[in-house]
Amino acid sequence: MPLKILVTAKRVEDPESKIKVKPDGAGIVTDGVNYKMNPFDEIAVEEALRLKERHGGEVIVASIGGEKSATEIRAALAMGADRGILVRHDGPLDPVVVSALLAKVFELEKPDLVILGKQSIDDDQNQAGQYLAARLGLGQATFASKIESLESEAEQKKEPGVKLAADGKSVAVVREVDGGVETLEVSLPAVVTTDLRLNKPRFASLPGIMKAKKKELKELAAAALGVDLAPKVVVKKLSEPPSRKGGVKVQDVEELWKKLHDEAKVV
Amino acid sequence: MANVLIVAEQFGGAVRKATLHAISAGREVARRTGGTLHLAVLGKGIGPVAEELSGYGAEVHAADAAVLEHPLAEAHAPVLVELARAVQASHVGAAATAFGKDLLPRVAALLEAGMATEVLGFGGEGAEVTFRRPMWAGNVLAEVALATPVKVFTVRATEFPAAAKEGKGAVTAAKVSVDAGALRTRYAGFKEVKSARPELTEARIVVAGGRGTKGDFKPVEALADELNAAVGASRAAVDAGWVPNDWQVGQTGKVVAPELYVAAGISGAIQHLAGMKGSKVIVAVNKDPDAPIFQLADYGLVADLFKALPELAEKLKKSR
Ligand SMILES: Cc1cc2nc3c(=O)[nH]c(=O)nc-3n(C[C@H](O)[C@H](O)[C@H](O)COP(=O)(O)OP(=O)(O)OC[C@H]3O[C@@H](n4cnc5c(N)ncnc54)[C@H](O)[C@@H]3O)c2cc1C
Ligand SMILES: Nc1ncnc2c1ncn2[C@@H]1O[C@H](COP(=O)(O)O)[C@@H](O)[C@H]1O
Repeated sequence: MPLKILVTAKRVEDPESKIKVKPDGAGIVTDGVNYKMNPFDEIAVEEALRLKERHGGEVIVASIGGEKSATEIRAALAMGADRGILVRHDGPLDPVVVSALLAKVFELEKPDLVILGKQSIDDDQNQAGQYLAARLGLGQATFASKIESLESEAEQKKEPGVKLAADGKSVAVVREVDGGVETLEVSLPAVVTTDLRLNKPRFASLPGIMKAKKKELKELAAAALGVDLAPKVVVKKLSEPPSRKGGVKVQDVEELWKKLHDEAKVV
Repeated sequence: MANVLIVAEQFGGAVRKATLHAISAGREVARRTGGTLHLAVLGKGIGPVAEELSGYGAEVHAADAAVLEHPLAEAHAPVLVELARAVQASHVGAAATAFGKDLLPRVAALLEAGMATEVLGFGGEGAEVTFRRPMWAGNVLAEVALATPVKVFTVRATEFPAAAKEGKGAVTAAKVSVDAGALRTRYAGFKEVKSARPELTEARIVVAGGRGTKGDFKPVEALADELNAAVGASRAAVDAGWVPNDWQVGQTGKVVAPELYVAAGISGAIQHLAGMKGSKVIVAVNKDPDAPIFQLADYGLVADLFKALPELAEKLKKSR
């Protein structure tokens, strides 16, 4: 059974970039910072592509943000997604607003499955997928994972970790939770959020990048979707965490043991 | 309408330890809002758990029903929403565990509430209570306000003490009006990962291994056992399938703050540091003298972990 999958691609600071707070605490220093697709969303896109490769269907990528978020949609199209939707909004966002806008996209597209990352690496909120599922009255399977190693054979063969039931009416999702591994079956349409150990996202190929340029990328104005765009999570001030003074080297295990025993008194 | 509802987590008939830290946070919020603390516990056959929780001096609302046997967010959320309204909660919180992070945002959406994840501390009073939380993998601390009548949060357990028992609260039955047949989520299995070692987030000492172990965690585990410590890992070790996901420390894994954290064969990526830099004493064992982990380690040892860890374990054994 072909699947219509909606997947998200948020534009975030590259996790390799050094993040510094502006002196007035009103934001972060953006000079010299690179941007890319949220790493969890790359995993979401990869999972959507694998499901499509197995079952057929269509992968639609949505991103909410300014003009530049088109770059992340193009990146997902270059990986193999079919078309993109940019919900243009230049102001501050939070998971409340993001999920309200994604719910509108869901109503327009009526996908069978929505796959989001479990968390944005900028706000680290881990909320949007759960909010979306609640708003739509859908079941949720958060933190989708794989038990096998990412070096495993299943991974080499690019098997999806999210399994479609034989009747095409639900998906089975493995989640690594505290103290064990849980499996959920969720009726379609469903909302899934991805954890790190679900798959290894593919790199876009050169032909993929060329093709992506010709794929459809539709723009919707957030303001036209009838959603309250005022963030409910209001960041009042940013600061840098207290730094840790480290840097003491010991010569050998003998000295390390002495320090731990006599100085720090932890062993 | 300034009461505080803390959602307890139970597993196999016991209260999860993280809940005790969330109760401390709940007491603090209640102090700041001038409201009363309430506790909620959901499940099937949870009478003894509710009884246990009543020792923390707050009214315990026990939702005991077959439909709540498994921790399905879809079934749990509406029960909590009804309860939050019934007790006039302005703040609903839980510990930032896998359970809390899955469930609370769903509750928040249904309550039309804004939410703060992994809260480290609070500020302000009354309706103006603010939340301190990490962003960008802990590179930044944010002071956040929630502009909704009801406010939802999860707390990082390591930032709040475990609540001590005090007084006796009443246990009342919470209303459960969930239609099991209408649920779109089914619980299809659970494989428990049992360990004889202390729980990672509760252990006094954690010994963690990374890619430098090349898949051989024996020296890491042996040292951990010598120290009665929990074992942690970097994402690299987890992704490779060397150790369970459950062991991952960092931005997206567990956050730990033990008295002693030993990082062996771990380079010290910012995402890993986010999960352990609150430790009291950090030891790094790494072959590379320039590994970033040395910049924050209290004691750094440039050495091969396959040599240094067994030597340290031996030293400990002898000193006893
Ligand atoms: C969105 C996102 C989230 C992430 N979340 C997490 C997270 O939660 N937790 C996490 O850990 N990572 C996380 N990461 C990954 C993180 O960026 C690093 O890639 C990871 O922590 C590296 O693991 P490592 O230190 O084990 O491996 P490496 O960086 O490869 O380091 C291995 C180290 O071992 C040393 N070594 C090798 N052999 C020996 C030996 N015999 N003896 C001693 N030392 C030796 C090497 O010198 C090296 O320093 C995340 C990344 C992203 C993008
Ligand atoms: N502006 C956005 N555009 C597209 N997707 C988003 C956006 N914000 C959040 N998401 C999705 O929601 C997930 C969880 O985000 P958060 O709740 O902010 O941690 C992310 O991994 C994304 O998949």
